[in-house]
Amino acid sequence: MKKKLFFAGAGGQGALAIGQMIAKAAMDEGLEVTWLPSYGPEMRGGTANCTVVVSDRPISCPLINDADVLVVMNLPSLTKFQSMVVPGGTLFINSSLVPETSNRDDIKVIEVPANEKASELGNERASNIVMLSAILKETGIVREETVRHEIEKTFSGRKAKFLPANLAALKSYLD
Amino acid sequence: MKTVFEPTKGMIPVDTSYCPGCGHGIAHRIIMECLEERGSLGNTIGVVPIGCSINAHHFMNVDMCESTHGRAPAIAAGIRRVHPDQVVFTYQGDGDLASIGTAEIIHAAHRGEKFTTFFINNAIYGMTGGQMAPTTLIGQKTTTSIYGRTVEQAGLPLRMCEILSQIDCAVFVERVILNNPANVRKAKAVVKKALDIQDARLGFTFVEFLSACPTNWGLAPNDAIKFVEKNMADYYPVRNFKTPEGF
Amino acid sequence: MSRILMKGNEAFAEAAIRAGVKCYFGYPITPQNEIPEYMSHALPEAGGAFIQAESELAAISMAYGAAASGGRVFISTSSPGLALMQEGIGFIASCEVPLVILNVSRGGPGVGGIQPGQADYLQVTRGGYNGDVKVPVFAPSSIQECANLIYECFDIAEKYRNPVVILADGMLGQMMEPVELPEAKGITPVEKINEVKPWAITGTDYHEGRNVVYSLRLDPQALEDHVNDMFARYAEAEKELVRWTDQGLDDAEIVFVAFGTTSRLCAEASEILAERGIKAGLIRPISLWPFPDAAFDKIGPNAKVVISTELSMGQMLFDVKNAVRGRWPVALINRTGGMVPSSIEIADRAEKALKEAGK
Repeated sequence: MKKKLFFAGAGGQGALAIGQMIAKAAMDEGLEVTWLPSYGPEMRGGTANCTVVVSDRPISCPLINDADVLVVMNLPSLTKFQSMVVPGGTLFINSSLVPETSNRDDIKVIEVPANEKASELGNERASNIVMLSAILKETGIVREETVRHEIEKTFSGRKAKFLPANLAALKSYLD
Repeated sequence: MKTVFEPTKGMIPVDTSYCPGCGHGIAHRIIMECLEERGSLGNTIGVVPIGCSINAHHFMNVDMCESTHGRAPAIAAGIRRVHPDQVVFTYQGDGDLASIGTAEIIHAAHRGEKFTTFFINNAIYGMTGGQMAPTTLIGQKTTTSIYGRTVEQAGLPLRMCEILSQIDCAVFVERVILNNPANVRKAKAVVKKALDIQDARLGFTFVEFLSACPTNWGLAPNDAIKFVEKNMADYYPVRNFKTPEGF
Repeated sequence: MSRILMKGNEAFAEAAIRAGVKCYFGYPITPQNEIPEYMSHALPEAGGAFIQAESELAAISMAYGAAASGGRVFISTSSPGLALMQEGIGFIASCEVPLVILNVSRGGPGVGGIQPGQADYLQVTRGGYNGDVKVPVFAPSSIQECANLIYECFDIAEKYRNPVVILADGMLGQMMEPVELPEAKGITPVEKINEVKPWAITGTDYHEGRNVVYSLRLDPQALEDHVNDMFARYAEAEKELVRWTDQGLDDAEIVFVAFGTTSRLCAEASEILAERGIKAGLIRPISLWPFPDAAFDKIGPNAKVVISTELSMGQMLFDVKNAVRGRWPVALINRTGGMVPSSIEIADRAEKALKEAGK
């Protein structure tokens, strides 16, 4: 088993964070993982993306030529990256911010109104966790409880006040 | 018989490599006498510069290391991190400290490094054969200013005590002059005070010595002493710039 | 020991702390900034000391002072910063002081860019140092290997009394992989320093006689003797420090030679080539100096071409040609300036190089 995932969005949308949560959860479940971010001078508002490879064997290359799963949090990411999905692969689109859909008809497209759902749950910044919920439901790549454990670790201490909204966001597609 | 004088154990009993009339021998000796008198020879680490006094470790009877040109204050900062309890000092000339090593000395002062820098200002590059230094006086002839230093060509001489005393964490800054026995005794008292303030870990301590270089100045030792007294002390006032309370 | 998912740079910093590092001195430069950031809090918590230096020149000088006085010292930088540290590295080698330097390299030349590069190969293996100086260089290809090397290299630096460079790149520094960190060794207390480093300048109360760490030797004979002493140690290092991994050399038609990040791309390119019916093998030098010439003697009879694969204009190529000694044609597959080729691009170019070699 080897899965290649690619997460893209604007800086600050949490695309890198959900890639990291999946990578950590996969590792906790005994799999091999790599997480590779794009890096540059942008801190907020620029583009941000990361590649996650999950495998049951050692991973030679953390760079990917194509993706089994592509997650786009904004429109520029859709335009730029949709061609990298393998035929039969899955594309997750944050439909709250992306007014278009994919031009591909050989892949599965899942539209997730991530910002709207997160707002309904009381914290729009949890939109990436809504997306994560949809990814887990569709791909089953890691278990919900492993990810929940990661979220609990992330939102502890000073960030504990954000935990309920994020746990609710994780549930949004999984009940 | 009563011993009325003996050389300090702080100096290794060999001839120094310095020229007749050079100030390094005097500066070495008073620093080493102070370290011996306060019982610090066994727990001192010194850093020598690039310049004539790179040879200081052949004469000063303490653990020492050489440095890359101008970097002695950064090196001493590294030593201080491993040895919080030792006496640490750098010994640097004016080419080393006031030219290539300005960043390191400024930032050692800026961080308030708990060591002492002894700065020998003789207004010239000695080891390389008498080139102009940042501290060379206006009109002074050197091998790279053969008609005398001009403001147009090289600006005005750099006054390190005046610069460093602006930095808050430099807590003790004083300029002394090595021109006669009375002033050498005063200089020794200043060295002792700087080391005492280092012991109190109050911040960076700095002593500048106005010192002669007869060979590269092309002057007889007596005339060189007069040059220190008249010309150098005129541009570089001999005084205390900063002392922490209680010292 | 459990595996944790860590960013490369943070794992490297933690590995150094666990190796008993007393001091870290750094200056911000991308893509290694997580190292000084991590060290600034974690090292003092472990009983060590951190200074954010005013420049790379100051950082390497602080490192020298701390190491000459007996502390275990780790520093890190990225390519242009290493160029600034060259002054200190050659001096420190001449002074016979141990030090571990991590270069998380990026694309050059000049300020260049901040994406992964390997165009520091010549800088680290040949150096910009004046005089006869050699510096052992290790190039890890994973976060785990890099952490292990950092942990081990302090012993190597202390054994040979010489700086050691670890050459990683922006990708290793920025990515995350599971890593198992070694046990913490603890910092050697000041009063024990001279037991392991009798030469260290600690103050004469701690040792017999007087210690001086120096480089200046005005007598040419004394200087030549010193260089010969250094080279006696280098000769030993050349035998003992050679490291590489290889795979598939027995029946390979194409032999990739690649280190660090690029070796991982070549491993995947080999799989792609296998699907096309082409057998590719890989020599992955871990030690860049000493270069693993012996690895090339394992290449089998089917080899048609040896391909140096690099993120530079062909800097390792010199060492590859030297190791090949005319036995096979040598080709170069490269990108530079921070561009990283895909495994497909490598496979395509390797296939082309194979055809050309067959002509």
